[in-house]
Amino acid sequence: MSTETALLDAGLNSEALPSTLFRFATAGSVDDGKSTLVGRLLHDSKAILADTLDAVARTSADRGFGGEKGGIDLALLTDGLRAEREQGITIDVAYRYFATDRRSFILADCPGHVQYTKNTVTGASTADAVVVLIDARKGVLEQTRRHLSVLQLLRVAHVIVAVNKIDLVDFSEQVFRDIEADVQKVARELGLGSDGVADLLVVPVSALDGDNVVDRSERTPWYTGPALLEVLETLPAADELEAELESFRFPVQLVIRPQGALAPDAVAAGLNVEAYRDYRAYAGQITEGSVKVGDEVSVISPGHEPRTTTVIGIDFAGQSLDEAAAPQSVAVRLADEIDIARGDTIAAAGTVRESTADLYASLAWLSPKPLREGQKVLVKHGTRTVQALVRNVTGKLDLATFNVEPASNLELNDIGHAQLRLSAPLPLENYLHHRRTGAFLVIDPIDGNTLAAGLVKDHPGDHEDERYVI
Amino acid sequence: MSTQTTNEELELDVLESDLETPSAAQGVASGLSEPRAGLIEDQPRGVGAGAADGGSSRLSSLDTLESEAIHIIREVVAEFEKPALLFSGGKDSVVMLHLATKAFWPGKVPFPVLHVDTGHNFPEVIDFRDRTVERLGLKLVVGSVQEFIDRGELAERADGTRNPLQTVPLLDAIQRNKFDAVFGGGRRDEDKARAKERILSLRDEFGQWDPRNQRPELWNLYNGRHTVGQHVRAFPISNWTELDIWRYIERENIELPGLYYAHEREVFARDGMWRAVGEVSEPLPHEEVITKLVRYRTVGDMSCTGAVESDARTVADVVVEVAASTLTERGATRADDRISEAAMEDRKKDGYF
Repeated sequence: MSTETALLDAGLNSEALPSTLFRFATAGSVDDGKSTLVGRLLHDSKAILADTLDAVARTSADRGFGGEKGGIDLALLTDGLRAEREQGITIDVAYRYFATDRRSFILADCPGHVQYTKNTVTGASTADAVVVLIDARKGVLEQTRRHLSVLQLLRVAHVIVAVNKIDLVDFSEQVFRDIEADVQKVARELGLGSDGVADLLVVPVSALDGDNVVDRSERTPWYTGPALLEVLETLPAADELEAELESFRFPVQLVIRPQGALAPDAVAAGLNVEAYRDYRAYAGQITEGSVKVGDEVSVISPGHEPRTTTVIGIDFAGQSLDEAAAPQSVAVRLADEIDIARGDTIAAAGTVRESTADLYASLAWLSPKPLREGQKVLVKHGTRTVQALVRNVTGKLDLATFNVEPASNLELNDIGHAQLRLSAPLPLENYLHHRRTGAFLVIDPIDGNTLAAGLVKDHPGDHEDERYVI
Repeated sequence: MSTQTTNEELELDVLESDLETPSAAQGVASGLSEPRAGLIEDQPRGVGAGAADGGSSRLSSLDTLESEAIHIIREVVAEFEKPALLFSGGKDSVVMLHLATKAFWPGKVPFPVLHVDTGHNFPEVIDFRDRTVERLGLKLVVGSVQEFIDRGELAERADGTRNPLQTVPLLDAIQRNKFDAVFGGGRRDEDKARAKERILSLRDEFGQWDPRNQRPELWNLYNGRHTVGQHVRAFPISNWTELDIWRYIERENIELPGLYYAHEREVFARDGMWRAVGEVSEPLPHEEVITKLVRYRTVGDMSCTGAVESDARTVADVVVEVAASTLTERGATRADDRISEAAMEDRKKDGYF
């Protein structure tokens, strides 16, 4: 192998490099070519470097992959663990990175057949978009319905359905249009793509040959839409969509109060020691919305009425900002001396309703240990962890029919509804409107493992809805 | 090197425990009929997906990655009793430390740094390490591979590389100092085993990683709960690529050891890499020593890290070079990762980073 490093002689400068980040996940069924599609995206966007490709080509040849096409097994690019290569399956979510001129991408490649709900929930929780694969020869399967159902539940901003192996149906427009119609029908049943909440796009592709993956294909002249990568390059990220629409939410991670123990490098660089003697700021990541100096904010702490004060400074490592927005990590200074600690939330004044200890939620159960009524768990919401008692399991979603069935427990890969009583009130918000402050973890108090992804539902008291009448 | 303890002086009001004591949670449930709500019946309000991209709130990818890393660093400091940062003087750990200074500004970085000294380090990297610790007023904890070899608790390998020997002194230092969280500069783009690593990664009593039994990581809610004897490895720059690291170093004007930039050095060819001539890296009689203009893409031991031919003398030159590179950094320059296809996975399972 050569140690020569190719150098670009001209034309490349830092300013022209990718400027925004976009996270997406893939979801598919067994053998629908998902790993091949991921490999194709990485390969054609030139994210695979020569030594990695050499290794994949050698292994492909060893295994006689490719048949008459004599190609390389692109799936080998994503299967990272020894057991995965030995068994030819993907076990765990793998993260891959590539960039185009317009964007840097983080790809969560979620296995389709082992614990698909767990993996899809995990990948979708941080994704701006999810690519769902359908085999053109098979059409919409039960698992497709399950995937779309999970994506609707997690409120993924953009769903892209890639109808793969279009080459194996002779690039038939009719096959594609039929599948497209089926997908739209499922989406309507789910409410996916309605109300402008999520985009739903359907793209015909051949991952093996590259049609409509990076470049538009001449073999699908009836398809006039963009190639998959073009879609991913142009969709707005979830934070871009929401920062201007949602109200400011800032869970306090910790209080920065150096009391004279200032960073020596900052002092050496001229920090005014006297001015920073009584410095006190609240550090955290803005989870939703934006904040400006001068804004009125409410401080939400358990055992207190919300207290209102004014933002007098937004600091970031020595810079004073006039405003900041999700997902920036900053430190906020307030006008009034208020007792604020980790776990408290700073929010736009008057936009947070009363905290509650009654939690109504959808739970995606991710553990082999089942959930039972009467069980004690921990709930981590924002920067606060509280104890909780599972009062009722109120139903389980049949992901294939979208019906809610009666249930009294939840098992691995189930999605259901439950009612929990918390040991301290939390500023819970409906996940439908608040992707961050409506999300929580359910944790096993004994071994500390994560049991479930939780999505806050409305408090029954807020509804004039007969479903909630006691 | 500085040995003052500063961890306690920066008062971070992390508070007792963030776990609330139970209140009247029990015995309320009986007698209620169960709400039966359809998961999909509530329609969310419109968010206007598909709206034109643009808007004032756009952050650059580096800003987004920086913000994510600072959030993770602060979470770990808030939720763990005794974190430490693994600091080798390599570019990733230097970026990690830089992010930590930004996370706690204007206060000091509230945890010590831990270095596993293989005895094969480049002298200029050790010098850089000591200057950095001094500049930031940090405590430095050193675990020494040489001491373990001298005591007969580790044996030198036939191939002479000491990188895989770091695991035992690392776990010993973690245990002796009761560190419950250790920050590392590991990135998922480095290696296919690391691509499956969590941002907060649980290690058992033996420091082992169990890749098939990892906690799902959801939203930006990190679960660092662990039992006695277990500890957590935290990887705040998991989502950064090599190019992100270099663009960030350029943007933030971060100082690195000089061997990352092109310099004249006496080298010899071995295993398809240019190896530096030094006490622990002697050429064999048939290996010709020549002087070349080289730089290092990764900084491990002298005995396993190769240089690449390069005339990139400045950080801007390196950004251009990395963007155009056709080889991965580990494939190009690390003998320790060429041992087998799963070399990194095997080391990680044993407790390596």
